[in-house]
Amino acid sequence: MVLIRRAPARPLIAAGWFPRWLKPLVFLLALSPLLWFVLRLGLLRPGDPVAVNPIETAIRFSGDQALTLLLVSLAVSPLRRLTGWAGVMRLRRMLGLFAFFYAAVHLLIYAGVDQFFDWAVIWADVLKRCYITVGMVAVVILLALAVTSPKGMVRRLGGRWWKRLHALVYLAAPLGVLHYAMMVKADLRTPLLYAGILAVLLLLRLPVPLRR
Amino acid sequence: LPGITPRPDLAAPEPLTPWQAVTTYNNFYEFGTGKDDPARNAVGFKTEPWTVTVDGDVAKPGTYDLGRLLFGIGQEERIYRMRCVEGWSMVIPWVGIPLAELLKRVEPTGDAKFVRFETLHDPKRMPGQAWKVLDWPYAEGLRLDEAMNPLTLLATGVYGRSLPPQNGAPLRLVVPWKYGFKSVKSIVRISLVREMPGTSWARQAPQEYGFYANVNPQVDHPRWSQAKERRIGEFFRRDTLMFNGYADAVAGLYAGMDLRKWY
Repeated sequence: MVLIRRAPARPLIAAGWFPRWLKPLVFLLALSPLLWFVLRLGLLRPGDPVAVNPIETAIRFSGDQALTLLLVSLAVSPLRRLTGWAGVMRLRRMLGLFAFFYAAVHLLIYAGVDQFFDWAVIWADVLKRCYITVGMVAVVILLALAVTSPKGMVRRLGGRWWKRLHALVYLAAPLGVLHYAMMVKADLRTPLLYAGILAVLLLLRLPVPLRR
Repeated sequence: LPGITPRPDLAAPEPLTPWQAVTTYNNFYEFGTGKDDPARNAVGFKTEPWTVTVDGDVAKPGTYDLGRLLFGIGQEERIYRMRCVEGWSMVIPWVGIPLAELLKRVEPTGDAKFVRFETLHDPKRMPGQAWKVLDWPYAEGLRLDEAMNPLTLLATGVYGRSLPPQNGAPLRLVVPWKYGFKSVKSIVRISLVREMPGTSWARQAPQEYGFYANVNPQVDHPRWSQAKERRIGEFFRRDTLMFNGYADAVAGLYAGMDLRKWY
């Protein structure tokens, strides 16, 4: 199997490589889709198709970004394993928080703008519509992970419990993809692409000896 | 388009959805499943020459050039509400002819009970068909009395111009009291048949989409409510009307039917 390949004797990227500009750059990269979307909504190109049904488009867009960032944050530790670049771990928390940020925007637009805080309708949706239930569970998990993401929380919870709690991301990510797949009308290509990438990222975590 | 008779008696008394929205926010999976895909991918779609095959239980079957098939039937402008099954809606000034006029021209026999419509299947010209999102060709159908209803329109234009390809050029159906997916686009075949024909979305997900697909705020889609809709350009959702507001004209077609069963 491909996975049983020995890690390079010398890491592809020096373990400690972490230039000062890297974190701000990744921050900007993670934020740029939002900036681009806001610009498209009218500031830059009035009459852009995304502005025809902006609420619906914004919900789709933020959901896409949440899933993308979730996958990117799940790619961090496989990347370290495969390249030996330990420094990448210093980006993981920020990427995870961005995933939560986009998921929160997604939920807030749905609840606040789309349904205009009509709690009766929202609650009925959560109970009746399975894909919304699934999505809500995923967001609640991400919220718990975001709240416990500061370094101080690791100490307070104890490393073991903190790790157990954060293993819930392995539940949140498939639920997020499932939420998407259950929502589409017919075209499953994009949800399946997410599912495929997620599967690869999870397989790369299997306890296969990568080092001598 | 010259010589269009406006039908103010059939005009929805609501502000029109802008041309820009009508022609860039489309569900037309033959040109891609994104809302803005059709406007992009249908550029240059050739609709001349165009033939429509009429077959089945008709006295005058044949493959007709579109211009000849419609020749002499007066074009009308009708402003209809359009309610998508996804929960959004528009108000659109269509140009077209009553479907009934065309059917009279080809003379359905007494055996004909349903009308089946088929969209062009040509993956070279319709790139969305390269992937089997739906079971191509797209097919839709109406009961004959629905087809003969004066509201049922075969549209050839919108906003006083010929239909842009993303809106179903050169010929599409418009059935304003049904969800938008019933209004099949780029029609190449019209068949008069005896049995209820299989239709694309009902085959794709039978528990979600039925043959009738009448707009009905009391019968939810299994995955979302149909009680409200968002009119494109408006912020708050508005209540969805029974038969999309056309109950006076069409409710009689369904007298005695259980609309929860025949969704």
